[in-house]
Amino acid sequence: MTNHWRDIKNADVILINGANPAEAHPVGFQWFVKAKLDPTKGPGAGGGAKMIHADPRFTRTSAVSDMYLRIRTGTDVAYFGGLINYVLQNNLFHDEYVRNYTNASFIVKDGFSFTDGLFSGYNKNTRSYDTSTWAYENTTPPAQTGGQIEGPATTSSGFARRDMTLQDPRSVFQLLKKHYSRYTPEVVSSITGIPVDQFNAVAKIVGEMGKPDKVMTIVYAVGLTHHTTGGQLIRSGAVLQLLLGNVGRPGGGMNAERGHANIQGNTDHAISWENLPGYLRIPAPGQKNLDDYVKQSAAVKSDPNSWNFFGTNYRNFMVSLLKAWYGSAATKDNEYAFHFVPKPATNSSWMSIYDQALKGKMEGVMLSGMTATSIGPDSNQVMQALANLKWLVVMDPLPTTSSEFWKAPGTDPAKVNTEVFMLPTTHWIEKDGSFTNSGRWAQWKDQVIPPEGESRDDQWVLADIFDRVKTLYKQQSGKFIDPITAMTLDYKDPKKPTLEEIAKEVNGKDLSTGKQMTSFANLKADGTTTSGDWIYVGSVTDDANNMKRRNGVQDPAKNDPTGMGFYPTWAWSWPANRRVLYNRASADLKGQPWDPKRPGIVWNGSAWTGDVPDYPATMNPNDPASWNPFIMNGEGVGRLFSTSMNDGPIPEHYEPIEAPIPNPLHPNQSEDPVAFLYDQAAGRPNRFGKVDQFPYVATSYRLTEHEHYVTQHVPLLVGLQPQAFVEVPQELADKKGIKNGDRVRVSSARGKLEVAALVTKRLGGLKLAGSDQPVYHIGIPIHWGFVGISAERNPDLSKNWLANALTPFVGDANARTPEFKAFLVNIEKIS
Amino acid sequence: MAFQERPMGFFTDTSICIGCKACEVACKEWNQLQGDPPKFTADSYDNTGQLDAQNWRHVQFIEQVPDNNGVIFQPTPIAGGQAWLMMSDVCKHCKNASCMEVCPTGALMRTEFDTVYLQKDVCNGCRDCISACPYGVIGFNEQEGVAQKCTLCYDRLQGGMQPACAKACPTESIKFGYIDDLHKVADDRLANLQTQGYAKAQLYGRDDKVYGGLNAFFLLMDKPEVYKLPNAANATLPTRNNLPGYVGGVATAVVGLIAGLLAFRNGRMSENKTNNTSAQ
Repeated sequence: MTNHWRDIKNADVILINGANPAEAHPVGFQWFVKAKLDPTKGPGAGGGAKMIHADPRFTRTSAVSDMYLRIRTGTDVAYFGGLINYVLQNNLFHDEYVRNYTNASFIVKDGFSFTDGLFSGYNKNTRSYDTSTWAYENTTPPAQTGGQIEGPATTSSGFARRDMTLQDPRSVFQLLKKHYSRYTPEVVSSITGIPVDQFNAVAKIVGEMGKPDKVMTIVYAVGLTHHTTGGQLIRSGAVLQLLLGNVGRPGGGMNAERGHANIQGNTDHAISWENLPGYLRIPAPGQKNLDDYVKQSAAVKSDPNSWNFFGTNYRNFMVSLLKAWYGSAATKDNEYAFHFVPKPATNSSWMSIYDQALKGKMEGVMLSGMTATSIGPDSNQVMQALANLKWLVVMDPLPTTSSEFWKAPGTDPAKVNTEVFMLPTTHWIEKDGSFTNSGRWAQWKDQVIPPEGESRDDQWVLADIFDRVKTLYKQQSGKFIDPITAMTLDYKDPKKPTLEEIAKEVNGKDLSTGKQMTSFANLKADGTTTSGDWIYVGSVTDDANNMKRRNGVQDPAKNDPTGMGFYPTWAWSWPANRRVLYNRASADLKGQPWDPKRPGIVWNGSAWTGDVPDYPATMNPNDPASWNPFIMNGEGVGRLFSTSMNDGPIPEHYEPIEAPIPNPLHPNQSEDPVAFLYDQAAGRPNRFGKVDQFPYVATSYRLTEHEHYVTQHVPLLVGLQPQAFVEVPQELADKKGIKNGDRVRVSSARGKLEVAALVTKRLGGLKLAGSDQPVYHIGIPIHWGFVGISAERNPDLSKNWLANALTPFVGDANARTPEFKAFLVNIEKIS
Repeated sequence: MAFQERPMGFFTDTSICIGCKACEVACKEWNQLQGDPPKFTADSYDNTGQLDAQNWRHVQFIEQVPDNNGVIFQPTPIAGGQAWLMMSDVCKHCKNASCMEVCPTGALMRTEFDTVYLQKDVCNGCRDCISACPYGVIGFNEQEGVAQKCTLCYDRLQGGMQPACAKACPTESIKFGYIDDLHKVADDRLANLQTQGYAKAQLYGRDDKVYGGLNAFFLLMDKPEVYKLPNAANATLPTRNNLPGYVGGVATAVVGLIAGLLAFRNGRMSENKTNNTSAQ
């Protein structure tokens, strides 16, 4: 989240896409309720917000929304694009914000184009873009850089040319306007299925949100990310928010609801394949030293008033990370052991693990805290991949579909050669540690109950295995053992590190004084500081573990001095305990809040007050040399147009890989041209279904009653949703002779599901371009498999309960996230 | 902090219920209820089924998504709160409680908080209360041979803690407090919803029209019947409503008496016959 859960109460409009917060985040949903509960109290004080939910299914969120729009899954770029078009055509954007706080005025190089669904620079053979044609047109490099705070010099080939009138046809503003002019209400309707009048009703409400005293939040979740166009689906919402001037403001922002208690923490600490901790890029082949790495990874300053804080500090953060990892083995002379860090030539995304195993290139896999078989995609192929391993280690408190995959229904255990080790680990309730929530709050928790049996904390298991591997290397030597022997494990018991010790290490310290670091601005590139994750500097200082702070609603006057719900001494929020990211953009050029009733930070004449400023604390905004509002990127402004995406600088609607209709905008380039086709790339046949065999659109999701797969072991929750089922629209069920409760077979080009049908009017037909028949969705909850109470109680029924047996083995063009949320199926009654 | 000895209860505001069932689970955890054996019912998202001995909170799911007059291409934007109703049902802790009227042992008692509490050690398992409850709240615990229902967490209340369900409710749909305070909250909320155009929104059990008023009362988004609740016309105590029953009972008794006498006479006659036979 750019903002945080409690902040949702500050919004005038809550736009929910690709999310179902009432079901997936019921506790966070209290703030949605509070935002709209009492209109007499007014915005920000707990009243009158409008909640608009666009979703293929009428869910428990829709049930309490003010408006519900039945939208086809995966078409949110068209929906947001239509809203962008409405805002631009009717001059409803936030003028001062768009001119000064976004790259609307930046001029793109001559030669950039978008024709028939392809941007300039596309290479059909490599299925990739040469993004150099999307670059800004530069002015000549100026002699001096602007701004009053000096950072290390950044290299620059010059600054981008800007046209503050926004009239230049090659300005981002005009390119955007032209691009989205195709997204008329009629076109949006023909893609999404939302009737024109309903779309127009929403556009009218959203269009109001560009006024400085109005603010809208967009809330999304994996309903936007789980698509081949996932990155662009999210960007299209962000572009709308920038045009309305809603980024950086309380009650605004682009807010991702994360899927587990600590998924945000996972991402921050580099669970994602393309990042090191703190969103530093993973080094690439050919990078021989830190200079190469920083040059190819860090943003370059492209405007004289851009601080480019991240780019400027990239080396400080990286060297401090290397010092945290390799200690005294990281020296100035050896480039702080940069050569120890792997430089992977191929991607190591989730699906590539199983792709490599299928190719026979993976010897073993260790799974911790999740089950690959259930998660999929394409569970049957994942199980083939697991069967292709020499060994599999499952670290989990409870049996999973991965620890038991060798005896899955239809599998002959004698034919599976994989040796499976089940290492019982502690459940989170049996250990302390921190959870970082969607709003970036790192909250420490205590151990509630002692561990059972022989279970150990995950970090103990890993530390012990690492210690044994290190001993073996030391005894027997091997190729390139230094990164293993030099790894610092500066814990009281290196085989049993405590989470407090690890948290302290993540924060980092000043090696010259031995004191904990308190600000990432003080991290250095000379080897005198460490930090395991620069964005967590300040979480554990010498004074306290700030994540343990609990100064909350027991005394709002003291603990929430601004009244905006920041609660600065409740837990700790990255970065720097800031509660709303980009909050410089909450104030106008002079530093005064766009809406005095809902201030983020305020310039009081000598300093910024309010939230922890995303800006130098005493930089006078009236100084012509003051930094631009967005300090993290090279431009210093929000990107309406971005060269950092693999599949286009402006979000465009592409169909899912399996789609019910050809793309109405450009039928010859229907799907995302950069979507990653793992099977095809590996020389295996693609297994994608066509609409003639698989006429229905399917989308997968969770229910409130279960948490992924682990709650199949919790009797009370099993009682609430005891069996696998799919949701079938009443109209379709009537046509197919399916009655409520009947058993049905749902099949895709990859697998099948045999479950009960829950027939409901909450799902229904959509009228789309190029289809004279209504298009129907089938809803597929994901929680069941062949392990757990339900499966054991129903051995005959539960043979085909893995929802991800259906899903396609294909990845998003940018993040390589699987397309769990849009694929084609057929459905038939099991007689 | 201890609670005062004043009427306390629940105000359940169904307009902000999101059907998460946290109340059901928190209730079972605190009161150590196992729940009924899992059963998939295909009744929307409700697999609990009813209030009974094992379920003291039960979230109803009532789907009434409009048909769009058969126009399948035109889903209507549905104003919140009326297309898919969710309501966390519970023992109403009636001011005039049918269960207390019929309980022969005094197991059902009124507490210092004006709630209705079933003392298991006094219950003789006659099940009269189960038949009498107009809301189908009470169930029978076969293992222990006693009736069971919501205690309004009497044990927690005595310790100054709010009931488990209210504590767990994320949206504050279930509110717990002193009844007169809750009445005011409910009146404000109703006025607020009516201003927003929710014409069907109404309070249930706020006034004395059903069973003298309910200590667990509700804000409903549709008529009580939609939630399977008796409306004011039907909500009357068995004792008051029983004149026809008494008349019928007396008539039956008279018929029975006559029939009995006839049977007795016949019996005696046949007895005599038998005796006569045996004597022969």
